[in-house]
Amino acid sequence: MTPQHDLSVGIDVGGTNTDAVVISASGDVVAWTKSPTTRDVTGGIRSSLAAVLKELGPDQDAVSRVMLGTTHATNAIVRRRDLGRVAVIRLGAPAATVYPPLAGWPADLRDAVLAGFVLAGGGHLVDGYPIAELDRDAIRRFLDGLEGRFDAVAVCGIFSPSFPEQELEVEALVQDHVGVDVPISLSSEIGALGLLERENATVLNAALYEVARDITTALTTVVAEHGLDAATFFAQNDGTFMAVEYAARYPVLTIGSGPANSIRGAAALSGADDAIVIDVGGTTSDLGVLVGRFPRESTMPREVGGVRTNFRMPDILSLGVGGGTVVDVAAGVPANDSVGYRISEEALLFGGSTPTLTDAAATRSTVLAGHELPPLDRSVRAGLAAALAVAHDRIESAVERMSLGRTGLPLVVVGGGGFLVPDRVLGAGEVVRPERGTVANAVGAAIALAGGRADQLCDVGDRSAAIEEASRAAIEKAIQAGADPARVEVVDVLETPVSYATRPTLKVAVKAAGPVARIGHAPRRQDREMKERT
Amino acid sequence: MPDQDLHSGGEGASVRTIARSDVAALAAGAAIFGTGGGGAVQTEQLAVEMAIDEYGPVSVVPVAELTDEDAVIVMSAIGAPSVGIEMLTASGQTDTIVREVERITGRRMTAVMAAEIGGSNGVAPVGWAARLGLKVLDADGMGRAFPQATMIAMNVAGLPSEFAVMSDAIGNVSVLRPINLAWLERHARALTVASGAISLGAHYVLTSRTAPGAVIEGTVSRAVQVGRRLLAAAEPVAELADELGAQVVVSGKIIDVERNTEGGFTRGSVTVEGVGPDRGRLTRVEIQNENLVIIEDGAVVASVPDLITVVDSETGEAVSTELLRFGQRVSVLAWACDPLWRTERGLELAGPRAFGYDLDYVPFAAGVAGGLR
Repeated sequence: MTPQHDLSVGIDVGGTNTDAVVISASGDVVAWTKSPTTRDVTGGIRSSLAAVLKELGPDQDAVSRVMLGTTHATNAIVRRRDLGRVAVIRLGAPAATVYPPLAGWPADLRDAVLAGFVLAGGGHLVDGYPIAELDRDAIRRFLDGLEGRFDAVAVCGIFSPSFPEQELEVEALVQDHVGVDVPISLSSEIGALGLLERENATVLNAALYEVARDITTALTTVVAEHGLDAATFFAQNDGTFMAVEYAARYPVLTIGSGPANSIRGAAALSGADDAIVIDVGGTTSDLGVLVGRFPRESTMPREVGGVRTNFRMPDILSLGVGGGTVVDVAAGVPANDSVGYRISEEALLFGGSTPTLTDAAATRSTVLAGHELPPLDRSVRAGLAAALAVAHDRIESAVERMSLGRTGLPLVVVGGGGFLVPDRVLGAGEVVRPERGTVANAVGAAIALAGGRADQLCDVGDRSAAIEEASRAAIEKAIQAGADPARVEVVDVLETPVSYATRPTLKVAVKAAGPVARIGHAPRRQDREMKERT
Repeated sequence: MPDQDLHSGGEGASVRTIARSDVAALAAGAAIFGTGGGGAVQTEQLAVEMAIDEYGPVSVVPVAELTDEDAVIVMSAIGAPSVGIEMLTASGQTDTIVREVERITGRRMTAVMAAEIGGSNGVAPVGWAARLGLKVLDADGMGRAFPQATMIAMNVAGLPSEFAVMSDAIGNVSVLRPINLAWLERHARALTVASGAISLGAHYVLTSRTAPGAVIEGTVSRAVQVGRRLLAAAEPVAELADELGAQVVVSGKIIDVERNTEGGFTRGSVTVEGVGPDRGRLTRVEIQNENLVIIEDGAVVASVPDLITVVDSETGEAVSTELLRFGQRVSVLAWACDPLWRTERGLELAGPRAFGYDLDYVPFAAGVAGGLR
């Protein structure tokens, strides 16, 4: 094993904390830090990176990759902050006109994002026959009518995943009409068939360009400041990493990377292949399931901030139980409220006046060395104990729900509020509390998988051969991107019909992914070239 | 004729109004009865919610309460479900059909009946009714979803279809006068393919005289009841099976989905590899828009017209055939169909041989057939 250039830095910028870790070739955490997330993103990443690099000392030259996992995109959507206003161009009228773009979105999010929409003639039938001629004038009139009051454009044509050329034509038309500086999201580059879900994802992507610019600039700036000879990547929703330029164009793909990182980080830290993972934070506990070292994905389309998309996401169950969850002492139950990051001032344990689940846990055992609860009334103590019992029940039934009847799976506990999980949980096997579990997110980012994707067109009858061929090509690309040839595997197969006119034709898209090979190191030149969607 | 008490647990109070808050339960229940077909319900659920927001709740009327004034238009979308998630309905597409039917019959329509309760076709009529100011009949023509026009209770009852009106999302309207439902199926399918593999149609107008005995009653209420139980369930798959009187045939992971669109249908198969207690088992479900046959070790476990639904193993939500994907964790449920379909005429129209499978129908009984758990 080459001692040089085989360290990976993982940084996780969460809503509450920014964590950073350095992982060695053998997968050990050799340095770590945890600090409150700052409003100034660049500053937060800078100080976290500085902290772990300082710990490394001269070994910092061995850092070959810096991976960032971030909830910026998710938080921007959930909090309706820093979102761009999007001009939405749907191609396909009169079809689908029952549903205006952004139908079913929460009203405040729609108001924050929608600059205006046009349902223009265009789009295709499933067999490629035009629904209507592309209405270029309607698009130009629409753009003129907005008088520049938009930050980005989203284009979504009916059946564009099968026939993408028209969206490219509209992209050129928009650039020609309003200039090349306006960022444009094309639905055929974002999602699969399913008009509304793909359109939603495309609009969200367009709304996130500003957020993406800030965070990608922050990462590259900080890495450059430290003079690191390292490639920079972003973690995406399926647990693989993507190049920075790619993240800047497709920020919506970072959504869901947080839970994926936390589950995969928990897997790495505990060594478990199959397990239930619970990440107990300040406000919520997120449960996921690890199957063969991969996060189990949800079957149904999932909502992001109240918006339906068709992205593949880890199957996550969120509970309103966290270390900062406020306790209703009189009723003896956890309330639907959390003190969040203010826990270190407001909780009883820290001299504050708000009873929290952290305080409830502290009545039973020491949760934080050096901190003792003040003397409490018997009624308060009883209320805290009752609330803790309710929290345990909720955790237990959530574990049971995630286990799908498979008892005896280990329960891996990570996150700062892990002390809320009892040592024995009905329905689970051993309760595992890995060392460094509080920075599992950042570990997950550091060990993000290298992925590769390949498409193959084929006659419907040749489907099996085409999947095999595309799988081989995807695995090859994943290996080029750094994946360990011995551990790379196919993680997704997607088929899209593209023609019925002559011979029925399919587009087969296969994604392969695997952990980064640690023998020596992947040549950086290949990392840089990896602009493929990974 | 059709048993009024559809399935075990079917004794719940009937639903008389569908408000916005009922739509999610209706959609979840209709998806279960969709047996994988009838189109994914999520998109239609949104359309119905938007329609109720704008036009108000929809009245549900039992067959027994139809009067001489009533004329019930039987409607559905027809086509490939995999296209139905992309090529969505045009505004005004249903109004066109109703106007044309009123012109042909000289009667004002007062209610809508879903041709099939299963899938989006069981959900959409509520939105159409809201927009058109009509009631919804608490009944349907299948008690599930089927892919062909011939497979409908009115056909089992010998009630002919005298005309059909179709419209597509582009704006084309067609009026057909087929000699029977088999020819309606052939012509409607050809038009649908020309329209991009999806269209809407109406092919019956029922009255207080013709509806009794020729439809499967109470199915709108039943879908809402099943949906409510599912959405409130702590252990969704088990409670759903209990509510339906169904058997969980296998729980596992999808390792292959083969699917293509031909002639306005989605055809293919899905293979489930058992996990947990089912480890080591490979179960295949044959698909033609709907889930039709479950095969394991070369033997048939269940087949049409009995109901086969694939659900998410965690949430119990039905996964329609166009949304089946590699790697999903699913459970396969099977349960008995309405007695109507087990009659000689019913099996002739919708038994395995009607779908081209050379096998004899063996009635599925939960806990007996398969005997796998």
